[in-house]
Amino acid sequence: MHNRSLILFLALSLFTLGLFLADLAWGSIHISLNEILSVFIGKGSNGINSEILLNFRLPKAITAILAGASLSVAGLMMQTLFRNSLADPYILGVSSGASLGVALVMMAATFLPVAFVSSGWALIVAATIGASVVLVLVVGVSFKVHNAVSLLIVGLMFGTIAGSLVSVLQNFSNPDAIKLFVMWTFGSLSAVTWNYMQVLLPVVLIGLGIAFFLQKRLDGLLLGENYARGLGISIVRTRLLIVVATGLLAGGITAFTGPIAFVGVAIPHIARGLFRTSSHKILLPATILCGASLLLVCDIITQIPTYTLPINTVSALFGAPIIIWILLKKR
Amino acid sequence: MSILTTQHLSIGYSKKGKTDVIQSGLDLELRAGELVCLIGPNGSGKSTLLRTLTGLQKSLAGTSMIDGKEITKLKQHQKALMIALVLTERVDVENTTVYNLVSLGRHPHSNWWGNITQEEDAIIREAIEMVHMDHKMHQNINELSDGERQRAMIAKALAQDTPIIMLDEPTAHLDLPNRVEIMLLLHKLAHKTQKAILLSTHELDLALQAADRIWLISSEHGVECGVPEDLVFNGSFNRVFQSNSFFFNASNGNFSMNYPMTNKVWVSGDKTRMYWTLRALARAGYVVVQDAEVQILVTEQGWSMNNKDIFTVEELLHELGQQFE
Repeated sequence: MHNRSLILFLALSLFTLGLFLADLAWGSIHISLNEILSVFIGKGSNGINSEILLNFRLPKAITAILAGASLSVAGLMMQTLFRNSLADPYILGVSSGASLGVALVMMAATFLPVAFVSSGWALIVAATIGASVVLVLVVGVSFKVHNAVSLLIVGLMFGTIAGSLVSVLQNFSNPDAIKLFVMWTFGSLSAVTWNYMQVLLPVVLIGLGIAFFLQKRLDGLLLGENYARGLGISIVRTRLLIVVATGLLAGGITAFTGPIAFVGVAIPHIARGLFRTSSHKILLPATILCGASLLLVCDIITQIPTYTLPINTVSALFGAPIIIWILLKKR
Repeated sequence: MSILTTQHLSIGYSKKGKTDVIQSGLDLELRAGELVCLIGPNGSGKSTLLRTLTGLQKSLAGTSMIDGKEITKLKQHQKALMIALVLTERVDVENTTVYNLVSLGRHPHSNWWGNITQEEDAIIREAIEMVHMDHKMHQNINELSDGERQRAMIAKALAQDTPIIMLDEPTAHLDLPNRVEIMLLLHKLAHKTQKAILLSTHELDLALQAADRIWLISSEHGVECGVPEDLVFNGSFNRVFQSNSFFFNASNGNFSMNYPMTNKVWVSGDKTRMYWTLRALARAGYVVVQDAEVQILVTEQGWSMNNKDIFTVEELLHELGQQFE
C-alpha cells in the first residue's frame, strides 16, 4: 500500500471518529464531550443525559455507521458485479424488494409468532430475502440487457412492481399497520434499539465478511466475465456470494432504517476518486469509512431543524447530484 | 514437446437438444516454443475452436488434453495455471495502472489476500518489460493507445506464467505498424519463453511471416496444419480461400484480384519495373500474351510503345486505350 493511501486511511478514520462524537453530542439537548467521556468510562453523570446517550444516541450513531458502511459496500459490489458505475441497491430495486419483504411482515403476517416479529428477526429475514430475490432477477436480466442505462430502467421497473405490490397490501391492511409501515418508509436511524442491534450487527458483519473474502475475485471481475474465468475465478459461485452479501447488507439495513437512497451509488465513486485505485483491498475499507462518515453527517443535519428530517431526504440531496455528475462525465 | 493435444475433437453449439457441429474429428497439437496462427474465413469456427480449447465452451465430442490431463476435468483454477487468455472484449477499468492490470495476472498464484511479494513484483515487472511497456508502467490504462493496451493485456497473460497463451484476434482494431509489432513480439516471446502461443487472425500475410505453424480452418476442408510454406506449396491456401473475384498468389503470399481481362498485349524489358507494369495492366483489363499485336517495351526510364517514349503509367494506359478503341 502506498504512503498516500495510509495517510488517507488515517485521516478518514479520525474524521469518522470525530463525526461519531459530534453525532453523540449534537441534538435537541447538548451533551458536552466531557460528559460523553465520563458516561463511557462508567462515571454516570446526569441520569437523563446518560440515558439519552446510551439508549438513544449511541445506538443511533452506531446504526448510522453500519448503514453507511453496508449500503456503500453493497453498492461497490453491485457496481463491480454489473460493471456499471450507476448500480446500487436503491436504483436497481433491491431496496424495494426489501421493502416488500418488510411490508409483508408488517401488514400481512398475522400468522407469524409474536416473538419472531418483535425481536426483529422476521423483519430482517423478510427484507434480506426480498432484496436477494430482486437482485437475482436483475442479474438474470443483465445477461440479456448489456446497455447500462437500460439495466437501470429494468431495475426501476422491478422497484415499481414491488411498490405496487406494497400498495395492494396496504389496501387490505388495518390503519395501524399502514401507519407503522409509512413511518418506516420515511427512513430513520433511531428505530434501531439495542434489541434490534443484536440482530442487525451480526447480519452486517457477515455481509462485510463475505465482501472482504471476495475482494481478490472482485478485482478479477472488473476485467469482465471471460477474463475472470481465465484467471481461475468460478463465476457462478462468486456471483452467488455477491448476491448473498448484498442481500444481507442492503436487506438488513433497509429492514430497520427504511430505504436510504443514493448512498450506495455515490460513496464508491468518492472512495475511488480519493484513493485513485480500483483494487477492492483498498476500496472496501475506504467505502466503509466514507459511507459511515456520510451517514453520520446526514444524521447530524437531520438534527438541526426543529422538526427532524427523514434521513432518506437528506441522503438523496447528496446522492442524486452525484449520479447526474457521473452521467455527464461519461459523455 | 507438445503441451496440448486433441483427439477427434468436435466443436459447435448444442442448444435444447439440437446440435450444430461446426468442425469435427480434429486432431491438433500445440508445441512449446511455437507461435501458431489460426486462420480461416469467417464462420469457419475460429472463435469456437479457441473458446473450446480454452474451456470457455464445451466440446461436442472427443477430448483435448493439456499436459496429459483432460481439459474438461480440470478445475477453473487449474486451467488458469495452464492457459492465459487475451480476448477481444475491451477492458475498461477506471483508476487502474498498467502495473495493476498486469498484477491481476498473478491471481491464480497468489493467496486470497492477493499480496504482491517481492518475487511477484519481479515477475510483474519482467512481464511489462517483455512487452516494452516499462516507460508506461504507472500510467492509467484508459490513457493508453489501442496498441499499448493490447501489449498490456499480453503482459498480463505473461504474468500469469502459464505454458500456453491463447489470443483471440490480437491484431484487430490496430493500425499496420502496431499489427506488425504485436505479431513480431508474440513470435519472439514464443521462442524466448518456450511458451506455446496460439492466436486467431485475419492477417494472412503477417501470419505467413510470423507463424511457426499455421492451422488453416475452413468449413469444407476442416483444419489443415503445417509450416506456412508447406501449406502454400500444397495449395491449401488456394483451396480454402477460393473465390471468383480473387486468388491466393503463391508468388508473394497475398491475395490478388481476378480482373476481367480481354485486350491482349505483350510486355518485355526491365525486371524491376515489370512487376508494377503488370499490376497496372491487369487492373485496366489487359491480359499479357506472348507476341500479341500491341507490344510494350519496358525501358529504364519508362516505356516504349509504337516507337513512342512514355514516362508515366497514366500516359501508358491512355495510349493503350486509344490503341484498342
